[in-house]
Amino acid sequence: MRKPSFTTVMLILGLLFLYLPMLVLVFYSFNSSRLVTVWAGFSGRWYIELFRDQQILNAVWTSLRIAFFSASMAVCLGTLAAFVMVRFGRFRGKTALSSMVTAPLVMPEVITGLSLLLLFVHMAQLIGWPADRGMATIWIAHTTFCSAYVAVVVSSRLREVDLSLEEAAMDLGAPPVKTFFQITLPVIAPALAAGWLLAFTLSLDDLVIASFVSGPGATTLPMVVFSSVRLGVSPKINALATLIILTVSLATFLAWYFMRRSEAKRRIAMRMQQEG
Amino acid sequence: MTQPMTLTNPSTDIRHQLPAEQEMSSTTGKKSSRVQKETLMEIRRVSKRFDEALAVDDVSLTIRRGEIFALLGGSGSGKSTLLRMLAGFEKPCEGQILLEGKDISRTPPYERAINMMFQSYALFPHMTVAENIAFGLKQDKLPKAEIRERVAEMLKLVHMEGFAKRKPHQLSGGQRQRVALARSLAKRPSLLLLDEPMGALDKKLRTEMQLEVVEILERVGVTCIMVTHDQEEAMTMADRVAIMSDGWIVQVGSPVDVYESPANRMVAEFVGTVNLFAGEIVMDEADCCVIDSPELGRRIRIDHGISTPADERGVWVAVRPEKTLLSLEQPKGDFNWAAGTVEDIAYLGGLSVYYVRTEQGHLVKVSLANTTRRSERPGWDDEVYIHWDERSAVVLRD
Ligand SMILES: Nc1ncnc2c1ncn2[C@@H]1O[C@H](COP(=O)(O)OP(=O)(O)OP(=O)(O)O)[C@@H](O)[C@H]1O
Ligand SMILES: [Mg+2]
Repeated sequence: MRKPSFTTVMLILGLLFLYLPMLVLVFYSFNSSRLVTVWAGFSGRWYIELFRDQQILNAVWTSLRIAFFSASMAVCLGTLAAFVMVRFGRFRGKTALSSMVTAPLVMPEVITGLSLLLLFVHMAQLIGWPADRGMATIWIAHTTFCSAYVAVVVSSRLREVDLSLEEAAMDLGAPPVKTFFQITLPVIAPALAAGWLLAFTLSLDDLVIASFVSGPGATTLPMVVFSSVRLGVSPKINALATLIILTVSLATFLAWYFMRRSEAKRRIAMRMQQEG
Repeated sequence: MTQPMTLTNPSTDIRHQLPAEQEMSSTTGKKSSRVQKETLMEIRRVSKRFDEALAVDDVSLTIRRGEIFALLGGSGSGKSTLLRMLAGFEKPCEGQILLEGKDISRTPPYERAINMMFQSYALFPHMTVAENIAFGLKQDKLPKAEIRERVAEMLKLVHMEGFAKRKPHQLSGGQRQRVALARSLAKRPSLLLLDEPMGALDKKLRTEMQLEVVEILERVGVTCIMVTHDQEEAMTMADRVAIMSDGWIVQVGSPVDVYESPANRMVAEFVGTVNLFAGEIVMDEADCCVIDSPELGRRIRIDHGISTPADERGVWVAVRPEKTLLSLEQPKGDFNWAAGTVEDIAYLGGLSVYYVRTEQGHLVKVSLANTTRRSERPGWDDEVYIHWDERSAVVLRD
């Protein structure tokens, strides 16, 4: 047998470092024991228990909804901010705007969460809204910090787009708004998708800010996991994590598969055109 | 009064002399017929300032219907800025732009009947070739059938019928250029702007496309303003050329005008190559003038007067390399020649360029057409004489 080269060994070590913890987690999710670290034989009982646990299922549903709406809102606001930062000529307060848009990236979450909480409390006292904190307040809070990430992703892409594309569209008779929707948006669509996914995962993942601004009505998944872990890790959480990993892998695989298929289709179409 | 005036004007003089050379290339001769007298666009004293820098400085031009007009100039001379003002992407700081008599200086680009082909082509990457061409027509809300018809017609015009379904990134550079041209012609604009149309092509393809683009423009009959820094391209494609330098227009004229009667030294050096001799006017009469040139070591005689003011005696005499002659025997007469040695010979196939160092230490370029194969020619370090006809030289100022 040939001796594996140094780079191969390093590659395997790196992959193990990244994925071994997940493999351990998946493995123990099929443990029949109540104790997470003691192996007591194979069983799927924690999956069944997981689907019986109404609290976790509710939290998953809440989290997904919040993540979806926050990501969508963040893409709208972030793209607008990026467009203003990149495409508008110099105007008063441009530097202030760009640094303030990106500030939430470096702001500690505790501070963001606390300040938003104070804002919501004062707003409730002054204008009577939000009467009680819950999904809406988490949605607003997540949109705030996700917009910053989307703005960064989209503006870096927008800077690369050839300005003459937009000029050409206007030259051919498309007013600015139409140009934005027909030319600019399609060209930066990959960045929008990337920004949306980033915002979605950030929102799904967030514990600190959500804990500050949520009320009794809305508990997100990270909050449930975190509080249940403090009472002792339940194997149900392992099962949940395994399902999440499975979903993510499946989504990645499908995305890859469809992209490859459309690429192949285009290549065939091209060859046919060359022959025809 | 009028008689000496025409004689003293060198530009009219040479134009009358050289009717044969007007047909420098076949396209130039053919095109002139479709150019009409009517003015299509008038640029009135337009200036553009960026912060402190003056990019375009008090430019006035009239563009006739049907002509191909080239803006020629070095890098940073303001050609693109002027073109972008015509398209509407920049607002002029001063002056007016009139299209068919209407002031369009403040009209946004999407309301002007002007289309532009960009240097980078700016094809929309997410649309097919056909969709790219149809884009402008869709903005006009034309019926579907008409759009389809017009797209097919445009594809046929640029010989790209088989590529309608391709995306821009699946095309070669030359094909992209054709699509860009088709897209900018699809709306039948009254004026077409081309920014460095051949800029992204290699040399061989460039010469091919120059002729093809001219042919297409002719067939459509569109008026066209193009920007280029390649003087050969401007001469091949355009009916009239404007030479720009530092934001202002130095000379406007036909390719023959700017080549044979440059307005000043800068134009002479920018358009083609030229031998320059500094000198001082010693005699200036209606039908001849004599210039004393220490650089040549001899006096220069020119066959027309130049009517200089008495206090401006210092001038430059310009002689093109192809009008400079080379001989082994000493020329007759006391004017327009110098002795020297051949310092270098550049063989370019069609012609050879001789670099002759005169006795005064001046390097003179002489180009000879290689009309016969391997004939007897002066070689390296040969003693030769350079001379020229008194009709060949032009007097210039700075
Ligand atoms: N948007 C701008 N802001 C500031 N200065 C500019 C801008 N556009 C052009 N300029 C300046 O105006 C001058 C003319 O520029 P322009 O692009 O018109 O030159 P050009 O003749 O097209 O040159 P090239 O052949 O290199 O394209 C240059 O000095 C340039 O620096
Ligand atoms: Mg330019």
